[in-house]
Amino acid sequence: MAPRVVVIGSGPAGVRAAQALVEAGLRPIVIDEGRRDGGQIYRRQPEGFSRSYDTLYGTEAERAASLHASFDALKSMIDYLPETLVWNISPNAVHLVSGTRYRTLAFDSLIVCSGATDRLMPVKGWHQAGAYSLGGAQVALKSQGCAIGSRIVMMGSGPLLYLVAAQYVKAGAQVAAVLDTSTFMQRVAALPRLLAIPAALKKGIALTRVLTQARVPVHRGVQPVEIKGSPHDGVSGVEVALPGGERLEIACDAVALGYHLRPETQLADLAGCRFLFDADTQQWLPQIDDDGRGSVKGVYLAGDGARVRGADAAERSGRLAALAVLHDHGMHVEGMERLRRELARFTRFAAGLRAAFPWPAKFAASLPDETIVCRCEAITAGELRRVVRATGAQEANRAKAFSRVGMGRCQGRYCGHAGAEIIAAAASVPLASVGRLRGQAPVKPLPVALTEASTEALTKAASTEASAEISE
Amino acid sequence: MSAATHNEADVIVIGGGIMGTTTAFFLRRRKRSVILLERGLTGQQASGVNFGGIRRQGRALPQLAMANRALRTWQRSAELLGEDIEFLPVGHTRVCYHQKDVENFDQYAIDARAYGLDLEVLHGEALFRRFPFLGREVLAASISPFDGHANPRLAAPAFGRAAARLGARVVENTEIVRVEKEAGRFRVQSARGDVYWAAQLVICAGAWASRLSEQFGEAAPLTTHGPQMCVTEPVPYVFKSSMGVFTSIKEESIYFRQIPRGNIIVGGGPPGPADALTCRASVLPINTVRQLAQMRRLVPALAPLNVIRVWSGVESYLPDGEPVIGPSSKVDGLFYAFGFNGAGFQIGPGVGETMAELLGTGNAAIPLDVFSIARFAKQPVASSTVAAS
Repeated sequence: MAPRVVVIGSGPAGVRAAQALVEAGLRPIVIDEGRRDGGQIYRRQPEGFSRSYDTLYGTEAERAASLHASFDALKSMIDYLPETLVWNISPNAVHLVSGTRYRTLAFDSLIVCSGATDRLMPVKGWHQAGAYSLGGAQVALKSQGCAIGSRIVMMGSGPLLYLVAAQYVKAGAQVAAVLDTSTFMQRVAALPRLLAIPAALKKGIALTRVLTQARVPVHRGVQPVEIKGSPHDGVSGVEVALPGGERLEIACDAVALGYHLRPETQLADLAGCRFLFDADTQQWLPQIDDDGRGSVKGVYLAGDGARVRGADAAERSGRLAALAVLHDHGMHVEGMERLRRELARFTRFAAGLRAAFPWPAKFAASLPDETIVCRCEAITAGELRRVVRATGAQEANRAKAFSRVGMGRCQGRYCGHAGAEIIAAAASVPLASVGRLRGQAPVKPLPVALTEASTEALTKAASTEASAEISE
Repeated sequence: MSAATHNEADVIVIGGGIMGTTTAFFLRRRKRSVILLERGLTGQQASGVNFGGIRRQGRALPQLAMANRALRTWQRSAELLGEDIEFLPVGHTRVCYHQKDVENFDQYAIDARAYGLDLEVLHGEALFRRFPFLGREVLAASISPFDGHANPRLAAPAFGRAAARLGARVVENTEIVRVEKEAGRFRVQSARGDVYWAAQLVICAGAWASRLSEQFGEAAPLTTHGPQMCVTEPVPYVFKSSMGVFTSIKEESIYFRQIPRGNIIVGGGPPGPADALTCRASVLPINTVRQLAQMRRLVPALAPLNVIRVWSGVESYLPDGEPVIGPSSKVDGLFYAFGFNGAGFQIGPGVGETMAELLGTGNAAIPLDVFSIARFAKQPVASSTVAAS
């Protein structure tokens, strides 16, 4: 009997994984939280919106169109469950919620393509209305065609900083400044590795040209000081320290923040995958082999949700993980070696990006005590430090239990990295020894109104083979 | 007798949950030297993951004296500990859906009064006037006005730190594998090979206690289960009293409390799997789903909220539903407090104070015979006593 394969996510990795499975004669189940396929990077606009691919995706228009077309062609050959959240995973079963309806699906193999979100470092004032992540700012533009403000500052580091700024400029928004915490010299030092993917490097340079032409001020090597504003009126400006030490204040009504990306690893965690501390990116990542096999048999991880290497790499790692599934089920597959070789180049390029736009770990130790770290629970850096000192908590989950940092609705997805840095600095221990916040279901908030599908419906769903699409 | 040498003290307490930390705390108040040995971190297992109910009503009547004693410590906790463990004496209310349970409420209220627990039982209209948000299937409410809830994540670690401030030696990350009595003293050895000595030994190691007690020929038939907990996003603070459903139908047996910052904590229903060997316990997804259905039945207005987290932990149970508290029936100087059947949090400080009294004076103000480990000697006990369920 054909293995029952569940793919979570229909971004670049998920779509290519599904495609490879279909080519092998399987009928995978593709589950996506979003309303439409494409993931974050190739997010499709809502029905009734008519912006062109060029307008929406710029230099990536062709890839977006290709991915969307591939998925459209797959739809009749897969069971596609959009607007469906996998909120928990138990051995060989995913637990779903769609609207308020709960059900579970058994799997033989699971490919998790859960994508990435912004890696964030707190800054004083970042909890105020008008402060967004760079990814969030991009979603607003891509999905709804609206800007996050009328005068916008982009701050942080990473390729997304320049991409989103350029996209906003092209869309006609006023970008007041791009404030980059990384330095020009860091970029030069990373150049050899960035040359692993020359086309990507070229695109990056083109983005800065867009900003130059639009006369958007770009400051490098800055240290964020404060996002100014008030509870009533929200963001009113951004203050940074320039490399020479002098302060720069820029008026704005919105700010987008981000320091490159972090993989969304909660599903891998709930699936029981082992995590290892990655010294290079200074974070805990699920252990995978070259093909994306996690430490739990039958669980595969692909795309930026496993390793942040970008969308082009995600298409390849998605396909490679699917080939690994087929191989592990004793089927003959071809092309794995080529994909591994290509991915190695992206891995090198990604290392270059991290060197060019480093995570500013050192900022955590110097955050003023009054800075809110955990925005869900409104816990300040000072309170977290106090807890570390008063209770001796030096481990992330222990500090969470005492301080509530990471205990809110995002479960530390946005504050976990910075929280760990603050704990490490306050306790004078290495970051790796602080550990990581254990994932707990639900991955995202689960409605109390949740209703159980009837047993019959569950059985039926669980036994659907190559028949009709599973639908509500 | 107050100073502990590095590895020797008057008393060794094994297990840093709510029983062990409070025992150490009250022993120090009696000026006994104490070493508290904890395998992981204090309050990390059942004591830290439970619902946080400070609930006396509903307990078997022989537990009430101890529960009353515990409540007095909870009431003084801020003063005793020098920090806030979020004890809120906002009341605890039991409600029921079935007529036979209404009769039970009425009878229990009469019986409990003799033990110093005053309850108010409301029926029909009166209960909906008091609690207008309750689902209309509810038939009666039994209110215990001085009970309430506290934060289990904070309580045991705070007692542990307070004990340490009073001079107890609290040794974390130290798993004890071997216990024996040698020439009138207890010799306690860790997995690392460290050895500790004391004249008296208290074993309050929760689900792991029987591994130690069986070394003295007193195995206890512990089984393990995981409580199924969840918490909602914060909403305005309106539910002051902690509430729970009393029923013989396990699926209906849910409970909830709201904390002033707004989150509503929910537990109850069938337990999930818990494994003492791996220290892992999980929330079965279907249990969460059914728990939420019961929540809507109890308080229909909660339907629009969202659950943001679930959790569980390793709790230990004994076949008769009563804990083991008191002296060994075989070895002088050896004492036990474990197997609290998912209801140990509230009573913990009462047990700790009573143990300290018992160790110091040889007598306890509260009768402990019904909690003796000797009751399990009368029946055959399974050889491996840490059973996963």
